[in-house]
This record gives sequence, C-alpha cells and structure tokens, in this order.
Amino acid sequence: MLAVQLGELLDGAPEGVGAALDVIAGFDEALARGLGRLGEDGSLQALAGALAGSPLGPVAAEAAEKIAIGGLGDERLTAMAAGRSAVFGAVHDALLARLDGALGRERIAWEDGPAGEPAAANLLSGCRSWLGELAIAGWRGVDHDLVSASDPVVEALLAEPRLRRLAVLLDGFAAELRASSPVATMERLPVRRWADLWARALLLARGAGSTVPAGTVSGRLLILGAEVHEHATAVQVRVHGILEGGDGPRLVRAGVAAAKVDTITGPAVWNLLGDHPALLAALAEHRGLDVQDMPVAGGGDLVWDDGRANAGEPADPFATARVRLAEASAPAVPPLERHPVRIAEPVLLEGYTVKDGKLELDGHSIELDLDRLPPSGPLTPQLVAASTSCIGLVRWDDRWRVQPLAVQATVRKKPVEAHNGDWAQGPTDPKVVKAEARSGDVVAVLRERAGRLLRK
Amino acid sequence: MEKAPWERSSAVRVVPPVQPRKLAKVPFVELADGRLRGVVSSGSDMARVYVSSFEAGSHDFGCSTNNNRPCGGLSGYPCKHLHALADEAVKQYGLDRVARYLRVEVGEDGDLVGAMGGSRAKAPAAAVFSRFLRHLSYLEVPGTAEPLPEMDWFPAFGAVR
Repeated sequence: MLAVQLGELLDGAPEGVGAALDVIAGFDEALARGLGRLGEDGSLQALAGALAGSPLGPVAAEAAEKIAIGGLGDERLTAMAAGRSAVFGAVHDALLARLDGALGRERIAWEDGPAGEPAAANLLSGCRSWLGELAIAGWRGVDHDLVSASDPVVEALLAEPRLRRLAVLLDGFAAELRASSPVATMERLPVRRWADLWARALLLARGAGSTVPAGTVSGRLLILGAEVHEHATAVQVRVHGILEGGDGPRLVRAGVAAAKVDTITGPAVWNLLGDHPALLAALAEHRGLDVQDMPVAGGGDLVWDDGRANAGEPADPFATARVRLAEASAPAVPPLERHPVRIAEPVLLEGYTVKDGKLELDGHSIELDLDRLPPSGPLTPQLVAASTSCIGLVRWDDRWRVQPLAVQATVRKKPVEAHNGDWAQGPTDPKVVKAEARSGDVVAVLRERAGRLLRK
Repeated sequence: MEKAPWERSSAVRVVPPVQPRKLAKVPFVELADGRLRGVVSSGSDMARVYVSSFEAGSHDFGCSTNNNRPCGGLSGYPCKHLHALADEAVKQYGLDRVARYLRVEVGEDGDLVGAMGGSRAKAPAAAVFSRFLRHLSYLEVPGTAEPLPEMDWFPAFGAVR
C-alpha cells in the first residue's frame, strides 16, 4: 500500500456514512434501554425512515410503529434487525468501495448460489424468543437469570453442526452479558457491539446465511498471514492467502475453528487445531500449499479440508505480498455479511515509521490495531513499533486501522521477522515454552476430568 | 451527544482476559450469579469433586461434594477446598477482579480469604456442577472448517507481555 493510496483511503468519510451511523446509534440506544419501554423515543421510526426507498422500507415502518405501542412480536423485531443490518450494509459497501478504489483492487461480483436447507426450526425459534426477551428488557435490564435462559438454547445449537455459526455467536454474546450482569450497574455499555451481535444472531436465527459450497478450487495457495479469533468457548484461525491457478491470482481466506473453554488460551489454542496438520505446517514453516478440489464458499472462503492440501515448497509471505498482492482480485462479500466489521483486506506496507501507535508513511498516518496481536503468536507492540515492513489487514471500526499479521523489524541492529502463525506447531520462543510448561497440558487435564465425570 | 469510541466500536473487549493456570486441582472457576464458585478435585478420590463457593457481599461460604454431601473439612472456617478455589480464582482473574466481585477489602498482605468474615451456609451445588459438566462438554464438540464470519467480532486480544 503506497502513501498515495493511504492518503486516498483516509480522505474524509464517504458520503452518507456519518448520517447512517447516527441513525444506527439512535436505534442502539433504544435497544440499550429496552424496546419494551420506548416512550416518546422516535429512533425506530428514524431507522425505518432511512430505509424508506428500499424494499425493507414499508416492513420496517410498520414494525417501528407496532413496537412503539407494545407489539413486540418476533417478526417485527426481525424486521428492525434486518433494517439495522441493511443500513450497516450500505455503510460497509461505501467503505469497501473506498478501500478497493484506493488499492486499485478488483472485486468479483456476488452471484447467488443455492441456499442451504434451513435446519432445526424449533432450535431457531428458541433462539429468537431469547433474543426477543433481550430486546424487550434492553441491555440495562439484563441480569443473571435472563442470561442463564440462553444456556439450554446454546447447548442445543452446539449439538447441531449446521448451526455452528449461530451457536458460536450466541455463546460469545451470552458470555459477555453474563460477565457484565447485572448490566444496570455498568457505567457504560458497548452499545454498538451488542446491537451488532443481537441483530446478526436474529438474522441467523431466521435461517439466513445457510449456504452450500459454490464449487471447488485447485492450485497453489500462497499464505500472506493468519489472524486469530477467540472468545471463551471458541477459537478460529483465519488464513489469508493468494490462490494461483485458474482465473489468475485471487485472494482467498480459510478458517479453521475449535470449541474450547476460557482457561485454554494463548499458544495452547493451536493444540486444538491438530486436525489440520498441512495448514499448521505451512503456517509454521512458511510454505505454500498445493490444494486439490478444495470446496469454496460464495464469499471466497475455502472450506478447509486438510486431506485436499499438501504443504509444498517454501514460500515467503513477504515475497508473496510484494510480487502477487497488487494483481490479485478480491472475492465478493456475501450479502448477509455486509457489515464493516468484516472488512479485512490484506495489504503490504513498507518504509514507514511507527510513532505513538500510528504508522506514518510520507505524511499520511494510520492507526495500528495493537489490541489485535494474538497471545498465541510472537507479534508484540514493541516489535511492531520497531518494524519497517508489515503485512496487515486494513480494518474499519469507527475509523480505519491496520491489523498487523507479520512484520519485519530491526531489533538490536539485527533483522527480525515475526508472523502470527509462527507458533502453529508450538511456540519457538524459549520464554514462552517455559511459561506454557508452568500451566501444564490444560487440554489433557480437562479431557481426563471430562472422561471421568461426564455422563456418557 | 458525543460518544466515547468504545461505545461506537464493534470489536471491543468487554470481558477482561483470564490468565492460564494449572487446572489439575481446581478445574473450574467462575464469577457468576453473585458468587465466586467452582469445582475442586478431591485429593484422595479421582472420581469425586467438591463444589465450593463464596457469596458476594455476605461472604458466606459453602462446600459439598457433587452429590450434595457436606464437606468433612468444613467448620466455622473455609476448608482447604475453599482456599484452593480462592487461590486459583486469583490466578485466573487477578486479585482485583475477584475482590471487586465479592466486595472484599483486601489488606496489603493480599489475603483474600482472610479478609472475608462470612459464615458457613448452604450453597447450591447442583447448578454449579452442571455448569462444570457443560464446561467440560465443550471439549467434545467437534471442530469445524466452515467459515465463522461472526468471529470478526471476537478478535484474540493481545495479552500484556
């Protein structure tokens, strides 16, 4: 990413984004207080008004009116969740267009694929009714009992593989509410975040988002880097790379995930992903992967099947980024996923300086997302501060930021390189190995306890 | 009205991080439903566990086996299981967070249990034990390679190193 591209990205917010976010903020405040006690609040009507020119407009307007007089049915709440998601979808589109424009990145257009079969209607309706209770109570009305009501719902969802997305989302959300209960005592609330999670969960609980793989791909996958996602009971490693072969180089992503508990954290999370040895080897050893007939979802996400991949020749991610990234095309974004939180575009930044957590390049400056350096990898804020080259993801969360995936730095006059996936086969830093040894093999201990105590 | 960026952000940390610790003695700890509560493995019988808890505010404590038999070591003072629970909770959550949750003024010696003056009381064991079993059941949930786009809201936040 060149200085001029950075300048173009940061040149003011795209038109309409500010107004759209204000409408969303109004709705989010109403949700914090509870839709069961709206009073004179007109923010639902304002949200519906913003959608007036869209197919959702009449539905949202009717829902806003009915909810205001106490008609808090499932359908109406879903209409408001869909309305909020549509406005955020428009914000996403404007932001991503700005980013693609700045990068000169070509994005493939979305094509509707076959929808998956909706799974387990009774489970979904159980979810919706819990989400409805949340909306009526508002965040400020959430207490331990209301959160605990989600336990059987989440448990049932986890047993249904087709609903894993919803299960993982709801579980992470409920854990936050549990840790924050009683929410009324909290000084400030993550209003946008919780409304995001609520709205997406409600849409997934309508059966949205169930798709079947759009096809398969074959070729050489060159890894750019990995990011790690984690909440108390789930971890996902998402690999960003460039797939060569077929229609020219294209950006792809592949996520592998495992269930876990809160006390399994840091480098130990890699131990849970042992079903994907080729992927972990490629990450740890900086190798390319030869993939054959790998299923791919509509949004360009590979549905990783380790048996269809072989770790191949060494492939330096920085070389890949320097030589291949500029010409790679980007996949379409699935309609339901259009939310700014999804924006995570790989870029290469070089020849910059870092000052006060900001990356400065020829007079332009962008914030580094140093909170997103995972404890399961070797990147530290200090290393990033000492770096001069970085493979990162451009993200937007109320402002543009760069999340580092890998850096090249100079430490004590020596060149150092670190990647988020370097410890995929175990930590390579002796200090970290020692710290890990102190807490022992937590996975093995819990498995022993489970073997002895769980009713079979 | 101007909002702090935290309130206008989507991917922010809400739950403070927990620290890794040895799990053999106290496999499960949580701050929930107004209690510090958890499960302590029996030192003598591999198949037995104790459910121990301190109540926030009153600081009353209880300890029993998962079959609801009272702990033999419990008198007017917390037993060794309760001490182990408190020690491990401090490792996992940090002293500040545990003390704040239980509403305890801990002295300079950092002695959490010593700073609590509650008395022995009956505490619900079945609910805690079932939370523990549910906790363990996560290890039996198979992994997935289906994309989980919602995890974009849950980045792995860096530990302070």
